[in-house]
Amino acid sequence: MSNSLKYRGALVLFCLVLALFSLAPTLMRDSLPQWWLDSVDPIHLGLDLQGGMHLVLGVDVDKAVESRIDTIIDQTETQLREKDIIFKRLERRQGDRLVVLVYDEEEGAKVDVLMTETFPSLEAETFPGTGGYIEKHYRLSDNEIANVKDYAVRQALETMRNRVDQFGVSEPTLQRQSGNRILIQLPGVEDPDRAISLLGKTARLEFKMVAEQANVQDAIAGKLPPGTQLLYERNVNPSTGVVTETPLVVNTKTVLTGDLLSDANVRIDTRFNEPYVSIDFNAVGAKRFDQLTAANVGKRMAIVLDNTIYSAPVIRERISGGSAQISGSFTSQDATDLAIVLRAGSLPAPVKILENRTVGPSLGQDSIDKGIKSILVGGLLVVIAMIVYYQISGVVAVVALSLNLLFISAILSMFGATLTLPGLAGIVLTVGMAVDANVLIFERIREELRLGKAPKLALASGYGKAFLTIIDANMTTLLAALVLFQFGTGPVKGFAVTLSIGIVASLFTAIFVSRVIFDFFLHGRNVKRLSI
Amino acid sequence: MQLIKPDTNIDFVGKRKLALIFSAILILVGLTSLVVKGGPDYGIDFVGGTLVQVQFSNPTDAAEVKKALAGLDLGSPVVQHFGDGQSEFLIRVEKTSAELKGFSSHILAALEQTYQKGNVDVRRVEMVGPQVGKDLRSKGLQAILYAMLGILVYVSWRFEFRFAVGAIIALAHDVLITLGMFSIFGKEIDLPIIAAFLAIIGYSLNDTIIVYDRIRENLGKHHKESFSFVVNRSVNETLSRTLLTSGTTLLVVLALFVLGGGVIHNFAFAMLIGVMVGTYSSIFVASPLLIYWEERKTAKAK
Repeated sequence: MSNSLKYRGALVLFCLVLALFSLAPTLMRDSLPQWWLDSVDPIHLGLDLQGGMHLVLGVDVDKAVESRIDTIIDQTETQLREKDIIFKRLERRQGDRLVVLVYDEEEGAKVDVLMTETFPSLEAETFPGTGGYIEKHYRLSDNEIANVKDYAVRQALETMRNRVDQFGVSEPTLQRQSGNRILIQLPGVEDPDRAISLLGKTARLEFKMVAEQANVQDAIAGKLPPGTQLLYERNVNPSTGVVTETPLVVNTKTVLTGDLLSDANVRIDTRFNEPYVSIDFNAVGAKRFDQLTAANVGKRMAIVLDNTIYSAPVIRERISGGSAQISGSFTSQDATDLAIVLRAGSLPAPVKILENRTVGPSLGQDSIDKGIKSILVGGLLVVIAMIVYYQISGVVAVVALSLNLLFISAILSMFGATLTLPGLAGIVLTVGMAVDANVLIFERIREELRLGKAPKLALASGYGKAFLTIIDANMTTLLAALVLFQFGTGPVKGFAVTLSIGIVASLFTAIFVSRVIFDFFLHGRNVKRLSI
Repeated sequence: MQLIKPDTNIDFVGKRKLALIFSAILILVGLTSLVVKGGPDYGIDFVGGTLVQVQFSNPTDAAEVKKALAGLDLGSPVVQHFGDGQSEFLIRVEKTSAELKGFSSHILAALEQTYQKGNVDVRRVEMVGPQVGKDLRSKGLQAILYAMLGILVYVSWRFEFRFAVGAIIALAHDVLITLGMFSIFGKEIDLPIIAAFLAIIGYSLNDTIIVYDRIRENLGKHHKESFSFVVNRSVNETLSRTLLTSGTTLLVVLALFVLGGGVIHNFAFAMLIGVMVGTYSSIFVASPLLIYWEERKTAKAK
């Protein structure tokens, strides 16, 4: 046997062993030693095959910019008062700027000095306002806006990751996508609606004082005293499950927020056997809560989550321990989920569900079964066609094709690529197209034989002449597959992956492996006729 | 075994006018259907909306399902029978569940009222917001355009520019006809179909290049023969391979079409049409185009 053949044969054997090694965890997971399972993963199944949830959430980053402005307004107002600067009003305009209305140039200049000192990133503009005021505009720079937006998305991603971790999903994927989008994949989720409500909740917890002096009926009619807002208190009747909403007027100013929480847990109220959420403040929060309750004994404080009041208890005494409770006629799952979102932190801005694809496990299994059945039936038909048409050479092509399937699966598991339903279709397609290279070679060999060449010579020149043709033809399909990979999302990407791997693997098996098989059987023999 | 005898010499090139008319009719019929229906029938991937796949334990029909949903404020839901048997349906709604909270559980509850609890299974929910739909549509178009551009460059580099143009026109021909067929058969275009289109592009090109490669080779061999003779000879020489490869590919695509299940059905349909049209076009469209190009060039030279 020539050295070249030995080396080539060894290479093929090596690939075969490697492929079997990496496929073993997929095929016979239970009977393998642990070190084996540690070194290679079984093939990952896409959500469309194993069932699960694919979500794309959009973070409303403009809201994040607005709330940044609102924070600046709060801080500025305090400072203006501390420095005794006379101003008429502070307000947010067009989402990205704050406006200070002052009466004259002198006060305006003072505001300018203060603002440049405290917020160097703001860009100032002055307009003569109507009615004798001067409008001092401060706008976030484009750079700063981009930062705020970017930070909002990153923080939202972080918060979602916390929530998902506590929700208990195995192997979740959370990724930031272009712009303000976040991709979340939750394999095997059993209650999709609950997952959505957990992830989509902003969970902005605020404490606001109830405006006792305001008339609720006037407020509903649209007449609100300045600095107050109308919110609704949510009540669930525990026996009927009917939700009622009671209007309540509260001060717009938030006295304390959930950012200062250190923990949240579900507890059961022993008297009514009802679950509630107990919250603990961190050091800063505890101190503020202490001051706040001390100053407002006898008044009502509303606990607001995402603009809905959960409860509005009367402060009976000063609370120093740094803990409080949110009760609001919860079911135990509601309470658990609320504790999760409070622990994980609030989202910096509201999110919207832009895309949701959920596949139940039964459909996934169905798709796997049907996909494998089509591969088997399609493959069998191709095997028959090849053997009938090319006889023994056809058998060689079939061996190459089987190795091809083996290699594709092995490469999928080695690279941790994900197999999706379109991916299975890609494999089926590869089966059909993979024999093409062998067909090209065999047709060439037939032509050479007709020219009167000896079998071995015809074989060599058949392979030689077909080689470039095969490369040219497959490069273009590979090109299309790569473009698809770039563009594709989820399942479609799976198609691009298997198609690309399939093309490369089929080049190897159809050109290289089949040649080794021929050479192995022909070497040292003087063959008169080739079964082709 | 041989399907095509080695000395076969079918006059493909001579029938190119006929082929031109045939292609024109196919494309026109498809385009007419597209125009009449006001553009391609996009699935929710590209226009946004919500899709729910439900399975009942007992056979029922679409009208019945629709009636069960009448109590819900769903806009105008489309209920479609899905897969084989009479127990699986797709419910499609234009609204997205961002507006309809707990969408699938509402649908499940409404259906369970009519069909009893435990007899209904929500197997799949897909919700695509309008913005995402728009993005996916433009990305899909871009993907097809970039793929074609890449092919143009590659074929120009490996062959000649005229070959590249011929190949691209043949591809556009294949995609147009497949698109037309989708419209005629009232099938929706969604993400996997874009994948199918790209696969068709890859496959059809594969076929075309094999023939072109032979034309290139034969042009070097037969200086004295006319260009159209060389083209016809090349098509004949590669005919056996063309038919065999198309045959095996068709076999597997057919297996996918029949056995692959509902989710992959339209994908397989696209591939089925694409493989047939792609094979036809590499023989009757891509190669004759080279001759037209050549004739125009000689006409100009005179």
